[in-house]
Amino acid sequence: MSESLLSWGRWPRRPQRAIALDWLPDHLPTLGPSKLLPRGQGRSYGDSCLNSRGLLLTTGALDRVIHFDRETGVLRAEAGLTFDDLLRLCLPAGWFPPVTPGTRFLSLGGAVANDVHGKNHHGAGTIGHHVRALELLRSDGSRQLLTPADTSGLFRATIGGLGLTGLITWVELQLVPTRGPWFESHTVRFSTLAECFEIGPELQARHGYTAAWIDSLAPAGQSGRGLYICGDPSDSSEPAAWREPRLRIPLDCPEWLLNPLSLKLFNTLYYRQPLKQGRVHAWPFLYPLDVLADWNRIYGHRGFQQWQCVVPSADAPALCAELLSRIRAHRQGSFLALLKTFGSMDPAGLLSFARPGVTLALDFPMLGERTARMLQELNALVREAGGALYPAKDAQMSAEDFRSGYPRVEEFEGFRDPLLESDFWRRVRGGGEA
Amino acid sequence: MQSALILGASSGIAQAFGRLLAERGVTLYLVARDPRKLEAVSADLSARGACLAGTEVLDLNLHAEHAAMLERAWAALGPVDLVLVAHGMLGDQAACEADPALAMELMRTNYAATGVLLLHLATRLEAQGRGQLAVLSSVAGERGRRSNYIYGSSKAGLSALLSGLRARLAPAGVQVVTVLPGPVRTAMLAGRPLPPLTVEPELVARQLLRGLERGAHTLWLPPKWRAIMAVIRALPEAIFMKLKF
Repeated sequence: MSESLLSWGRWPRRPQRAIALDWLPDHLPTLGPSKLLPRGQGRSYGDSCLNSRGLLLTTGALDRVIHFDRETGVLRAEAGLTFDDLLRLCLPAGWFPPVTPGTRFLSLGGAVANDVHGKNHHGAGTIGHHVRALELLRSDGSRQLLTPADTSGLFRATIGGLGLTGLITWVELQLVPTRGPWFESHTVRFSTLAECFEIGPELQARHGYTAAWIDSLAPAGQSGRGLYICGDPSDSSEPAAWREPRLRIPLDCPEWLLNPLSLKLFNTLYYRQPLKQGRVHAWPFLYPLDVLADWNRIYGHRGFQQWQCVVPSADAPALCAELLSRIRAHRQGSFLALLKTFGSMDPAGLLSFARPGVTLALDFPMLGERTARMLQELNALVREAGGALYPAKDAQMSAEDFRSGYPRVEEFEGFRDPLLESDFWRRVRGGGEA
Repeated sequence: MQSALILGASSGIAQAFGRLLAERGVTLYLVARDPRKLEAVSADLSARGACLAGTEVLDLNLHAEHAAMLERAWAALGPVDLVLVAHGMLGDQAACEADPALAMELMRTNYAATGVLLLHLATRLEAQGRGQLAVLSSVAGERGRRSNYIYGSSKAGLSALLSGLRARLAPAGVQVVTVLPGPVRTAMLAGRPLPPLTVEPELVARQLLRGLERGAHTLWLPPKWRAIMAVIRALPEAIFMKLKF
């Protein structure tokens, strides 16, 4: 079966062949020399969910719940279950995912394979910190039941392991109790990047969920102005009489739509918006972009490049300022720029992205060489600062960038399943692009 | 709706439909051929809120077992508000043409075995004096096409049987619903290039539930298939026989 599968950034575009898994298999399908790659909902932005030289194993239909204990909040489900589905199930029972990224349309397996984080990282860590157990199917025919107590190292390799240690068949999570789908939100406007770093620690100490939105296109004098978005689960158990508007971007937008001027206008309006304080529904608070189905089509056919780095806290203020000024010099604004300070806990996986430090996420329309050149420049700054780039959001980093951000990659290679590979892996391990 | 019997519970459409019933807390009795699939589906539906009155492993092609199975299902559920029959297979037309014995299996599964099952169900529902009987047929049964006339003919037979059953059971207060899905992205299409206009099973399940609540007797899923098939039925044979689709 073949269909045109893209990653969420819709670049690179390379034909993919896929096999849809409808039931948990007993063994990985071996199809001659073809390398395989498990793929969930394809919400990774770059090429870590693509496998042009081999086959994708899509897990969309592996979305059955195996066991849900409403007393203890322990949920075991097949790896293809989406967070959207999970929320529909656990919210009415008074439970919530311990960690959720900025979309609820990703799969459980994908969340674990990328060890995703959310706005509550400083208190809750990544999803990998909340996995009680998972099952891994490997090409040697073995079926491994892995828990955090695993001493072989395979569990920690699988958390954040980009789907390359085997097919994750099911995941067991510990959910956290919740009163309902409401958040108490609190937004603070700041007018410079320095101010953002100044007010950050206190806001972070006071609120469970924090992230700063930064206007990457502000005039030079106000560079780094933005909004600090904070919130906490609300005690209100009011029933959810809230309906999400369903909008869909119906076609690839014309490419002139996102130009420096329109981006500037959007960012300015966003910065000047009246501040929402008080009770909001979890969906707009946690998943502002999920309202717009297929929002990635706003960038048109060319697609876009998401870029996210983490850098040590001490260098962060100077480095973020430098990154923003480089972006301005390249005249490539970002639709949304987000900054967050990670908590100090140890990463859950060998290749986990989230680590103590400050993370900055941006996106850029893909303008070919121009964009690639700018990102190489940004990547070099991150590398020199001893930071790392996020594989789930990357289509540009070099083998050197990867090695420097992920010093334990050689150790990881010992756990990788020889039958599994992705375009990303071939790229950063020097095996060519596709 | 409080109780439902799902026959062929591991089919893609039946699973998606079962989840909608589960969210509404409906009591279910599930029958499927493969014990592992039945186990996975019943665990999923009960975690999602369904109350399971029972599950049963049975190959519905074994028509001698139908009566006893229905006896157990009725005993477990009490009065049955809805029966969904999702027993069927797509088969491989080229293989059937090369070896007609394979066509026998397809015809038996989709028409003969399902038909016998429906006759058993008709008697039970008639005696009960109420309930809905929804059966998955296919738009492919509307006209025999070059590319899947063997499957299509088995579904044409099924659709004809259903229209007769509808007339028979209406006076008893039982509603027979002919469900006519176009291509749906489920395991049935695994390993094949997806036909145009293929939709997700969740969409079909939602439309099916709405149609049942509305009391429709024929459900085209999605509804646009009604117009498409009207055109295809209206094509003169001289033209139609030259088409390859």
